[in-house]
Amino acid sequence: MDYDLLFIQTLNGIQLGLLLFLVASGLTLVFGILDFVNLAHGSLYMFGAFICAWLTLQLGNFIYAVLLALPLTGLLGLAVERLMARYLYTRDHLDQVLATFGLILVLDTLAHLIWGPAGIAVPLPGWLRGQVEVFNGVVVPSFRLLIIATGLVTAAFLFWLVNYTRLGMLIRAGASNRTMVSALGIDIQTLFALVFALGAMLAGLAGMLIAPITEASIGMGNNIIITAFVVIIIGGIGSMKGAFIGALLIGLIDTLGRSFLDDLFKLFMPSDAAETSAPAVSAMLIYIIMAMVLAIRPQGLFPPKVR
Amino acid sequence: MKKILTAALAASMLTTPAWAKEVKIGFVTTLTTGAAVIGNDMKNAVELALEHMGGKMGDLDAVVIYGDDGFKPETGKQVTDKLVKQDNVDFVTGYIWSHVLLASRKSVLDAGKFLISANAGPSQVAGKLCNKNFFSTSWQNDSTTMAVGEVLNQKGVKSLYIMAPNYAAGKDMVAGVERTFKGKVLGKDLTKWGADAQLDFSAELAKAKASGAEALFVFYPGAAAGAFVKQYHQAGLKDILPLYSAFTVDALSLPKLQAANFESVLGSVFTQEWDPTLDNAANKKFVSSFKAKYGTYPSFYAAQSYDAMFLIKSAVEAVNGDLTNMDGMRDAMMAVKYDSVRGPYTYGVNHMPVENFYEREVVADADGVWTTRVVSTVYKDHVDPFAAECHME
Repeated sequence: MDYDLLFIQTLNGIQLGLLLFLVASGLTLVFGILDFVNLAHGSLYMFGAFICAWLTLQLGNFIYAVLLALPLTGLLGLAVERLMARYLYTRDHLDQVLATFGLILVLDTLAHLIWGPAGIAVPLPGWLRGQVEVFNGVVVPSFRLLIIATGLVTAAFLFWLVNYTRLGMLIRAGASNRTMVSALGIDIQTLFALVFALGAMLAGLAGMLIAPITEASIGMGNNIIITAFVVIIIGGIGSMKGAFIGALLIGLIDTLGRSFLDDLFKLFMPSDAAETSAPAVSAMLIYIIMAMVLAIRPQGLFPPKVR
Repeated sequence: MKKILTAALAASMLTTPAWAKEVKIGFVTTLTTGAAVIGNDMKNAVELALEHMGGKMGDLDAVVIYGDDGFKPETGKQVTDKLVKQDNVDFVTGYIWSHVLLASRKSVLDAGKFLISANAGPSQVAGKLCNKNFFSTSWQNDSTTMAVGEVLNQKGVKSLYIMAPNYAAGKDMVAGVERTFKGKVLGKDLTKWGADAQLDFSAELAKAKASGAEALFVFYPGAAAGAFVKQYHQAGLKDILPLYSAFTVDALSLPKLQAANFESVLGSVFTQEWDPTLDNAANKKFVSSFKAKYGTYPSFYAAQSYDAMFLIKSAVEAVNGDLTNMDGMRDAMMAVKYDSVRGPYTYGVNHMPVENFYEREVVADADGVWTTRVVSTVYKDHVDPFAAECHME
């Protein structure tokens, strides 16, 4: 067993998990509190990436671009809430799925019209382009450490926001019993709009962080959104803690599966068969976990308190 | 009076197309999703070819109808069916992706039309599924990576790590390099591909580094190329694990990599049948007018699409525009009666080009723009390994 490799792959898994958490936390807020299935959450992630990539090229600085792109993505979220989501809260989930699927097509095409089909590569400042030696001989790209740090800070901020602020109290109350919150005289419409914008900013932040690694490209949100749904189903819909633990779990399982499954399979099958079956099984792994959770604990691992 | 004249003029303009005889060409490529970058470059090359022909093939007007495969085999087949049945085209060409070509080939060939691949070269169509009406202006998938294997041998590389996407061409490419590489393959990763392809390679790169291999071979076409090179750069692998690639570093990914300053790609080695610096008249005209019109270097996809248009033109002219003379057009294409941008080549028994393969490397040109140049000729007149399996009726 190569412990250096195991350590690096664990870091990679945590990094993927924290990115997933950023997307899933927004999704779980919107789904849990607004009871709104937003398939287009991935498109907000894509727009975050595109806006940030474009601003980076304009301003020449990635950090300023992120700081400016965050409120812009929040505004986009507000616009989507105001113009579309608001009319769908009372409709059933199928209507919401259809409408937000349409929104995906519209937003993908809009990005295509604005920035072209090519996608944008994001240049990083010098101090983020290199590697950091964690201990002797083990080096990690410094940008991946930044993703981990940003993810942890955001998670801590959300934990504080949800547990120790008045807004957080309302959010938790809304997740438990929406009707009662509005009956107590809380302006539920503003609360919902704020939650939606917060979700958009979180998804956008994830897109901004991934863009320098892959790049901002059309349809980039459509594959992460499926994994994000898996995360919130495992964690329990509406639960921030569930989203955090579920995301780390999925990130680690996916990364470690991709890296060690073929070695594991080689122990009991010929290496040719192991090489072809391992990628297939590791791609399925997270769905197998989801199916197991649904079978044993259909409400998810950490469901919010009963309604 | 004036009104009548205008009406008459308008009427005559409307009826003109009905008198003119035309040759219709269906061009299937990817015009949506992230892979649309490739499709647009091919489309640009086709438009340039039409411009250079003056819109004519012999006496006939050349009409190109584009179809978008959406990066999916099933959509590619549908759009091919539409071109063949509804538009009744005379030639179908294009095809970036091997899995799209494999799904679509039967629709064209069963209708008795010519199918000309401007890129995809799956082992099947070169071998058991070869057909008299199929031609290629590119290569058979394995050939390019067989050349990579030879380059690795020449450089004395003893061990290799391989990464490629998990689909028809990915498997062919890996098989090609394994066929000729004499050293040891220490590890191999086939990653998820398609519209939701895996683009974060952190786990695979960490494995490649830990394997202790002397070199890394990858095949990542299209948008995945940029993502891969960036992460290769960020992981600081340039001096530890030199990069050898096929169809990954190209004129589409280089401008973006340069804009983001990922200089790890400079000096990386790959192989191809064509390069913008190849010294022949057709190539010079193609590269300089492409750069003048679109402001970038053409990619190999563009070069092969440009060639496909001129191959069709040579066939149409050989039969004086008689598009019912299939045998005449086939013989003309078989004889390669046009000036290809890759220089002279011939066709093998399976209608795959018998051509040279060059070792190329990434350099900055006189203006500082990142491009490629030829280092050496790896194969002269290379015949692909599946030609022997082809038994043409």
